[in-house]
Amino acid sequence: MLKQDYFSVFGLPRKLAIDTAELQRRFYALAREHHPDFHQAAPPEELARVEATSALVNTAYRTLRDPIARVDYLVRLEEGRTTREGAAEKPKAPPALLQEMFEIQEALAEAKTGALDAATRARLSAQREGLRARLKDEEARLGASLSARWDGAAPAERPAVLAALKEALATRAYLRTVIDDLAEALGEDEPSRREDKRVAHHRH
Amino acid sequence: MSRIIGIDLGTTNSLVAYVDEATGLPRVIPDAEGRPLLPSVVAFTPDGIVVGEAARRQLARRPADTVYSVKRLMGRGHEDVKDEMRFLPFRIVPGEGLVKLAVGGREVTPPEVSAAVLKALKERAERHFGEPIEKAVVTVPAYFNDAQRQATKDAGRIAGLDVVRIVNEPTAASLAYGLQRLSEGVIAVYDLGGGTFDVSILRVKGGVFEVLATNGDTHLGGDDLDRVLALWLLEDIAVRHHAELDRDCVDLARDPEAMQELRLAAEAAKIRLSSEERTTLTIPFAGFTYRRDITRAELERLVEPLVTRTLGPCRRALGDAGLTPADIDEIVLVGGSTRVPLVRRRVQELFGKAPHSQLNPDEVVALGAAVQAHILAGGFTNMLLLDVTPLSLGIESLGGIVNVLIPRNTTIPTSAREMFTTSVDGQTLVDLHVVQGERELVKDCRSLGRFELRIDPMPAGMPKIEVTFLIDANGILQVQAKEQRSGKAASIEVKPTYGLSETEVEQMIEDSFTYAEADVATRMLIEARNEADTVLVHAGRALKQGADLVPAEERAAIEAAVAALRAARGGDDRERIHEATTAVNRATEHLAEVLMDAALKGALGSRRATEILGERT
Repeated sequence: MLKQDYFSVFGLPRKLAIDTAELQRRFYALAREHHPDFHQAAPPEELARVEATSALVNTAYRTLRDPIARVDYLVRLEEGRTTREGAAEKPKAPPALLQEMFEIQEALAEAKTGALDAATRARLSAQREGLRARLKDEEARLGASLSARWDGAAPAERPAVLAALKEALATRAYLRTVIDDLAEALGEDEPSRREDKRVAHHRH
Repeated sequence: MSRIIGIDLGTTNSLVAYVDEATGLPRVIPDAEGRPLLPSVVAFTPDGIVVGEAARRQLARRPADTVYSVKRLMGRGHEDVKDEMRFLPFRIVPGEGLVKLAVGGREVTPPEVSAAVLKALKERAERHFGEPIEKAVVTVPAYFNDAQRQATKDAGRIAGLDVVRIVNEPTAASLAYGLQRLSEGVIAVYDLGGGTFDVSILRVKGGVFEVLATNGDTHLGGDDLDRVLALWLLEDIAVRHHAELDRDCVDLARDPEAMQELRLAAEAAKIRLSSEERTTLTIPFAGFTYRRDITRAELERLVEPLVTRTLGPCRRALGDAGLTPADIDEIVLVGGSTRVPLVRRRVQELFGKAPHSQLNPDEVVALGAAVQAHILAGGFTNMLLLDVTPLSLGIESLGGIVNVLIPRNTTIPTSAREMFTTSVDGQTLVDLHVVQGERELVKDCRSLGRFELRIDPMPAGMPKIEVTFLIDANGILQVQAKEQRSGKAASIEVKPTYGLSETEVEQMIEDSFTYAEADVATRMLIEARNEADTVLVHAGRALKQGADLVPAEERAAIEAAVAALRAARGGDDRERIHEATTAVNRATEHLAEVLMDAALKGALGSRRATEILGERT
């Protein structure tokens, strides 16, 4: 089992539409089978193997349960990347929003040097709401129409769909970063801040 | 499989429980006097270690050598406990890294103090079963980090217990509820104990207890409520009794014994105010007695900010679980501090429904630990607990930035793999700094330790070292490394930032055997002396109050018995102290009855007087 990809762990095809209730049922069954709690009497090597399998099942479930993490994983799998290295796409601004992003970045730079006046605060706050709506749309598109496109694509069409998925992931990453930066400038706590925010890996 | 016990190692009290084979239900094991709770207090006396009630009774008499709330110091460094120590009467050994206490003329680490508590519980279980006990499930706050969990495991080893599983307290509570009361659905466990706060959100379905998210504050609990009340009382005393304080040149804040009295009185008043609207505090100090009334409303004004602090973690846990308060089917209250009415009101307001509290909040965690122990022993096969890691795990990368490998609230066991290489030709050492926390910079997170990987020399960039970080079912990190070209496992040296090394733990295990025998004898001697002290105080008071109520020869007999006990108490003969104590008790029996009668008559008389007065007005 340790060599399997997350889809095959649950006996699923490499498709993005997943019945989450059924996924949960299979997860509970596998968790029961492989949890270290039920292998306490096993010798250490066996227990270590059970632990590794259990970890795989847990990670696989966590990844596939979430529609965005699922897409992210599929892209990685299709590109043959085994570790999480470079998993998240580099944040990229959507071309349609470039002008607005430029203004926001300017306001953010100003915010770093001094306090925000009331009018700027109100404007940034409104822009953040707009970006949040945009992010929601982007995530819905990833989870629904783009996912469906992947599931229905013939082998020859897949590279194009994969590129579209990556593009959408990059846009999403960008929107999240800007929303977080706005929250910080406005002095508000953005609870999801750390999720999915990866930094370049340090090499020794 | 041998018997496994369940232990709740609490800040204030600890308990041990097991699952009764006949009924399939968990039960707490009481001590010889039938008390289920063992106060988590350890006294280091010149003669040895005393644990539990006997130690608690000398908190105010020997504040510097009697350690309480040591759980708040487990797995912590000097920086973490700076604020804390201002309020604790025992001394910290100056230094860096792991905190050490200087008590009873020796240096001890928090795991050694906890080990004394665990050992007392182990012995309690051994007396109950009449067989040696070697394995235990021990609970910890869900929000405990890796170092705090490791310290708890070390404490078990020092006490001669193999801690087969560390379980999170709120999760343990849910297991106990699940076995007895709970229906399926999404539950929130709100656990406010003596020193720590946890909240966990779980989905219970088909025997699976899946933790969706957990959050908390390992520095927030009943102790803090006591502290704000004690500090408020201190100010009040300064105002009301400044004459006496000035006269005697006393600074109560600098007097550990007075501060301990104050803390204990504040704790007792807080407890009474959970069931009463108003209570009277009476604290005898040298030179004057402080007395005042305090109402529940006054207490609530004082503790409101602390109670409100628990709501943030609740909201964050809900957010991480992707739920709103309306999605919660049931709320379970755990920990003694949830008896405070204000806590219940705030929880009810946040979740919009009344919380559950059918099971005793002091015992439910221990019962859950027993359930988990029974699962591990193969007793319950239908229940499965899927817990999470409370804090994100990461490694330090360039510029002191944290590279998150395992995000918080990931189901455990879980693992992450990373590839590393070298940057210098012939480099044989790769150093990884592992941290835990939610902040972006290493300096704002908790350092767990450094892992040094040793590999064969190769040109820079050639080695491909695959490092696997595994968080096991205890929430404890294990690191493995393999150099892929050679297929050789890289040797790893672990340098815990706030932990004990393997050698230190082994030394402590050895020490605990050396001290063990002396400890048992000493404990019994000290308990006998404490008992003698109590009896002497009672006898002295009775003699003073009832001198005229009994004949002279009876008075003389009592005085002789008291003198004999005083003499015996000065010696080391436990049997003699015990006999002399019994003799005093017998000699004062009649006097006590006479006094009781007099008191009853007095009470009746005064009531009649007030009734008559009442009729007149």
